[in-house]
Amino acid sequence: MKLLFLSSSMMSKLTVTAFAVATIGVSSLMPQSATAAGGSGVALEHFTPVRTDRSLQRGAKVFMNYCMGCHTADYHRYSHLARDAGLSNEAVVENLIFTNDADGERTKIGSLMGNNMTKEYGKQAFGAVPPNLALITRSRGVDWVYTYMKSFVLDESRPLGANNTVYPNVGMPHVLADLQGWQKAVYKDDGAGHEVFDRFQPVIAGKLSAAEYDSTITDLVSFLDYLGDPNREARHSLGIKVMLFLLVFLVLAVLLKKEYWKDVPHN
Amino acid sequence: MSKATDLMAWIDERIPLTNTWDKHVGKYYAPKNFNFWYYFGSLALLVLVLQIVTGIFLTMNYKADGELAFKSVEYIMRDVNWGWLIRYMHSTGASMFFVVVYLHMMRGIMYGSYKKPRELLWIFGMLIYLVLMAEAFMGYLLPWGQMSFWGAQVIISLFGAIPWVGDAITLWLRGDYVVADATLNRFFALHVIAMPLILIGLVFVHIVALHEVGSNNPDGVDIKKKKGADGIPLDGIPFHPYYSVKDLVGVVVFLIIFFAIVFFAPEMGGYFLEHANYIPADPLKTPEHIAPVWYFTPFYAILRAMPDKLLGVMAMFAAIAVLFFLPWLDRNPVRSIRYRSLAYKVILIAFVVAFIVLGYFGMQPVTPAGTWISRICSLIYFGFFVALWFISKNEKTKPVPERVTY
Repeated sequence: MKLLFLSSSMMSKLTVTAFAVATIGVSSLMPQSATAAGGSGVALEHFTPVRTDRSLQRGAKVFMNYCMGCHTADYHRYSHLARDAGLSNEAVVENLIFTNDADGERTKIGSLMGNNMTKEYGKQAFGAVPPNLALITRSRGVDWVYTYMKSFVLDESRPLGANNTVYPNVGMPHVLADLQGWQKAVYKDDGAGHEVFDRFQPVIAGKLSAAEYDSTITDLVSFLDYLGDPNREARHSLGIKVMLFLLVFLVLAVLLKKEYWKDVPHN
Repeated sequence: MSKATDLMAWIDERIPLTNTWDKHVGKYYAPKNFNFWYYFGSLALLVLVLQIVTGIFLTMNYKADGELAFKSVEYIMRDVNWGWLIRYMHSTGASMFFVVVYLHMMRGIMYGSYKKPRELLWIFGMLIYLVLMAEAFMGYLLPWGQMSFWGAQVIISLFGAIPWVGDAITLWLRGDYVVADATLNRFFALHVIAMPLILIGLVFVHIVALHEVGSNNPDGVDIKKKKGADGIPLDGIPFHPYYSVKDLVGVVVFLIIFFAIVFFAPEMGGYFLEHANYIPADPLKTPEHIAPVWYFTPFYAILRAMPDKLLGVMAMFAAIAVLFFLPWLDRNPVRSIRYRSLAYKVILIAFVVAFIVLGYFGMQPVTPAGTWISRICSLIYFGFFVALWFISKNEKTKPVPERVTY
């Protein structure tokens, strides 16, 4: 990851963008279908994930401390996280693994990123088992996850005191309330007699300023983006090489064809 | 004699190696005026090989088990060396197979390649298309995501619309009352063994039929009618080396597109790999919007356009079945679109546009406007075959040249 990151110069980044734009171009002209339940019609903020070692490390810290108590990511291994975030195995074991394995010992570095909460307990506490988050950015998209994490609002009618404007009546409480503080949703009339979400109004301040909270969520969602698509950089870097090879091969193939077809007479 | 010719003679006394090579490659004379549209046959063969090879490697780590399937795919994506590459090649290959096959079929229709004496060639091709759809449908269940599960649930339940025996048939197909582990296991068996075997067999007879009657061409001219003193068609050139080197160019262009998708946009914005398929199959949670993958959506739109389920199922199957009869519905002996009437060109363009529009609406959630547009396009789709039957009877065609244009 470190090596890959250094090698992705300006040039190759441009090439990646060019190919990505070319390939997605056609498909993105058409409207995207709604990805999953929880659609509320609230406009999503555009989010571009950051893929640096520092950001991944900070995101992993937030994820392990705040999310992994209830959620899992058990498609991915701690050792791969260490490799991809520029951390030593020891650093991950000491700072990021908080769970025990079946023998009651600290979870091993080569294990999948699971947690110690039973499904039954999850269901009882939240009404539904908190989902595995390893692929959440693939199923919902980074924009959705980013906006969702910033859209928890105070709502005393909910069992855990929190609601979410992006995913109304979600079972999840506002886990990051001590960081963000609390906000209220303010609604307005849309002119057609419907109450629609207008803006957030801060109610109680948290430990972080709004800008600091945004930056924390940026790291967290970037980390989730990494969990969803861990080898994207390797894919892009190999992709450029394959493209260059094929382009050279194309020139040779065209020349070969022309050489052979010289002796095919025209009518 | 050199050692090599000795060896060849030794082999040829035992199996017809040189003969077979000459008949199908070295002395197979193809018309020299093939254009862009003639790349897709060899490309379909290429994708078939890609799918089989990547499929073999996927099978080594995939687990066909309701509890393990989804996780084993993620294992392939994260823990298996180059697993992500193999898997994305296979998933991209599935969609690209249909891109190539649809263009290949379009070529056959435009240049009248289904007409006498190529009726069986066309029918074998249609059977390949049919088996390919079954193969793709069963393969899509294997990742065991939400779309895998609910897509299969919806499509299998269609058979329930058949009067009296419908429920028994759906139960028999699934092996359970819902799509479940039993369904996954049998789909896996069919996807990796039964369907590929049938597919390879059909591709073999498709090529045998082609080489028996010879290739058609963009002019629809029969090149065997004008032969030189040596008995070789004047407009024919040996497949190898002329078309092997030309197809190589097509292969490289195809691979550039193919690998651009694999490396830079493997989900293709949700069209090749649907977003909801990154959620494990859950029989208790129906996704908001169930849509088949893009290559099925034209037929899915026809299904949904009908006001009645049984009628919808019949229309959907009829939409595919009617293609089998194309050689007899088109009564005009002139093959190529180049020499056919304006009326023919108009109905063909309408047919293609209707097919694409149906494909679009088959992906969208049901809306009243979408349903009506789908109905109109379904009418155009079937109307094409009716109009063709009438138009082709006494069609005013342009004179077909004696030799190909090159």
